[in-house]
Amino acid sequence: MSTATDTKRKAPAGERVADWADGRLGIYSLAKANMRKIFPDHWSFMLGEVALYTFIIIILTGVYLTLFFHPSMNEVEYAGSYVPMQGVLMSEAYASTLDISFDVRGGLLIRQIHHWAALIFLAAMFVHMMRVFFTGAFRKPREINWLFGFLLFVLGMFTGFTGYSLPDDLLSGTGVRFTQGAILSVPVVGTYISMFLFGGEFPGTDMIARFYSIHILLLPGIMLGLVVAHLILVFYHKHTQFGGAGKTNKNVVGMPLLPVYMAKAGGFFFLVFGIIAAIAAIASINPIWALGPYRPDMVSTGAQPDWYMGFAEGLIRFMPGWEIVLWDSYTLNLGVFIPLVIFPLFLTAIAVYPFIESWITKDKREHHILDRPRNAPTRTAFGAAWIAAYFIMLIGGGNDLWATHFSLSINSITWFVRIFFIAGPILVFIATKRICLGLQRRDRDKVLHGRETGIIKRLPHGEFIEVHEPLSPEELHRLTAHEQYTAGEIGPLVDENGVKRKVSMLEKFRVKLSKGYYAEGNQIPKATAEEYEEITSGHGHH
Amino acid sequence: MKKLSARRRHPLAAVVVLLFALAATGGLYAVFAPADQAQADETAQSLAIDEGKKLYSVGCSSCHGANGQGGSDGPSLAGVGSAAVDFQVGTGRMPAATSQGAQVPKKKKIYSQAEIDQLAAYIASLGVGPTVPKPEQYSIKDADIGHGGELFRNNCAQCHNFTGEGGALTEGKYAPSLEGVDPKYIYEAMQTGPQNMPSFPDSTMPEEAKKDIIAYLDAVNGEDTPNPGGLKLGGLGPVSEGLFAWIFGLGALVATAVWVAARTAKAKKS
Repeated sequence: MSTATDTKRKAPAGERVADWADGRLGIYSLAKANMRKIFPDHWSFMLGEVALYTFIIIILTGVYLTLFFHPSMNEVEYAGSYVPMQGVLMSEAYASTLDISFDVRGGLLIRQIHHWAALIFLAAMFVHMMRVFFTGAFRKPREINWLFGFLLFVLGMFTGFTGYSLPDDLLSGTGVRFTQGAILSVPVVGTYISMFLFGGEFPGTDMIARFYSIHILLLPGIMLGLVVAHLILVFYHKHTQFGGAGKTNKNVVGMPLLPVYMAKAGGFFFLVFGIIAAIAAIASINPIWALGPYRPDMVSTGAQPDWYMGFAEGLIRFMPGWEIVLWDSYTLNLGVFIPLVIFPLFLTAIAVYPFIESWITKDKREHHILDRPRNAPTRTAFGAAWIAAYFIMLIGGGNDLWATHFSLSINSITWFVRIFFIAGPILVFIATKRICLGLQRRDRDKVLHGRETGIIKRLPHGEFIEVHEPLSPEELHRLTAHEQYTAGEIGPLVDENGVKRKVSMLEKFRVKLSKGYYAEGNQIPKATAEEYEEITSGHGHH
Repeated sequence: MKKLSARRRHPLAAVVVLLFALAATGGLYAVFAPADQAQADETAQSLAIDEGKKLYSVGCSSCHGANGQGGSDGPSLAGVGSAAVDFQVGTGRMPAATSQGAQVPKKKKIYSQAEIDQLAAYIASLGVGPTVPKPEQYSIKDADIGHGGELFRNNCAQCHNFTGEGGALTEGKYAPSLEGVDPKYIYEAMQTGPQNMPSFPDSTMPEEAKKDIIAYLDAVNGEDTPNPGGLKLGGLGPVSEGLFAWIFGLGALVATAVWVAARTAKAKKS
């Protein structure tokens, strides 16, 4: 349709801008390569998106809050509009948070959006991480990205903690004191670290200013970098997908980034923002005006950290108060130090899991098809046990509220938590594994014998049978597409020439674990094509 | 005057003078002597004590002993004062009969205020103790709310939470919520230290300070306290906030994610 006159026509403005930018940034080739990038569709793949969007919301609202917050511990007498605090001496940090809540336009709403978004950010990261864990999405090539995600979760915990401490209110001050106590419990260097961190004796006058730069600059800066790296790796690796007809380890079945996912993801961002804003408008969070300014000589009952630090609170609450006094002069406060050691160990247990599993399987291939949790019974059981321990610790962290709201004795709850911190994960591990194996057996039955229709048929000679309906080919594929590992073997310890082969203890341990994962009884062999042929070729049911 | 002086020797004159004198003395006595009134009051008081003792014998003596001397099921009531009776019976904690738990809970009160006053009078007669405060003692007029807040955080929040929502103590005992509690009972509780609570007599916490605390509670946890942030979520802090974030926050977002994922662009058929 082009004619000579067309070439003289000026290109539309958008095209000219794009052309201008392309000449300088080379965006065309970048866009061409990525515009049609395919993403698979599943609601659970959007959990990470929730985390990303809440992170953006936190940054946006956080910037607004920095405009009015004074990170200073100078003592002032409050004279703002909240009557119950008038005339009370407090730090400038607390006074400015009161001002944000009562005297800055939109301040309280923004504060509440910021805080609610933070709680939901951590929760979204948690469930996103569990989705990745239970579907085995952490396997090669995504181990590094798993670690990035884990780091984001841990950094998110500390960013949240420092932010929660900034208003210098009685609740958060108690939390900081708790942390300082944990630092002091470290043998030998504890007092030095505490003095270094707080610039002298607790609370000193530096704490808030230091937390401020950590909260708004250091940690979010690192997190932003990690988020970008996390997303780049998602792009680079391509997204994983659940198995099914037409889905292989070498393709991605789904919709293109442009226009479908751009629209969906963009729209989803506004949905997330809207829902969080609505929650922040409906429900109060951290009403610091009711808590009062921090003074080290005061404390309130019901002093808990935000939920993501609740498991640490639980560790402290249910740990017996053991202490050892050495040479009548040096106190080892084990009641606090042991929880401080368990805290990172517990988190690390889930972080290093991908490496342990790949060491056990010796599988060096790439995996882009997700596992159904039941098809990896031991992994699923481990994850469930980890969550159980986490939940038990959370119960310990809120033991006083369990006591008052269910009319229980706080001492009994503490003992329950002590016992089930050990026994709970073991029971959950066993139960989950059995459930997974049961589901595998069911899948196998469905493949070989079809779906139970519930229709009972009476045969001419009087026998009753239930009619089984064969599955569709797609369904058959879905239930049998997963591959199963075989358990490792140590092999003969003596070779054919009678020479003893050396097997390291580590290798023996690996084989033992491998058997625990994949030996008979620890996974149900999936139905093979031959078995299916044999059963469906005629000779009667069962 | 003549008439009067002419009859001063009349045989009835002495009687008349006597009558006048009696009337004057009686009138003056009636006007100036409060003794009569006191007599009447004392009668009412002893009447109240008598009535109180009767009520006591029926409702309280099985645990606290026939004369308030205490027993294996209840402490001695000598010297607890009328304030303690007014608090314990007025909030329904006493009689405790049905409660075998770790702590006697607040219940529906079963005595009328008049009966409680009679019981209080009887118990007060057993020994000197804190008396029921007068309304002006716990009135929050002109009280310093800010100072009350500091006192509350210093002395009360350890057990009753920042704004008096209550909290757990050991072995199933608890510090109850102070929401909606009559200022009189808060005052009496501070005076008498019921159950696990320490007492704060006027020597350690003067009347003015008690007023400030009551005024603070009224300001942050009263019937018409505004909640500027929206739903209070029980005023229990991060535990209820965390539950809310998980259930309603993340719950709503996951539901939305499911909804968005279910509405996908379908490849055109044919």
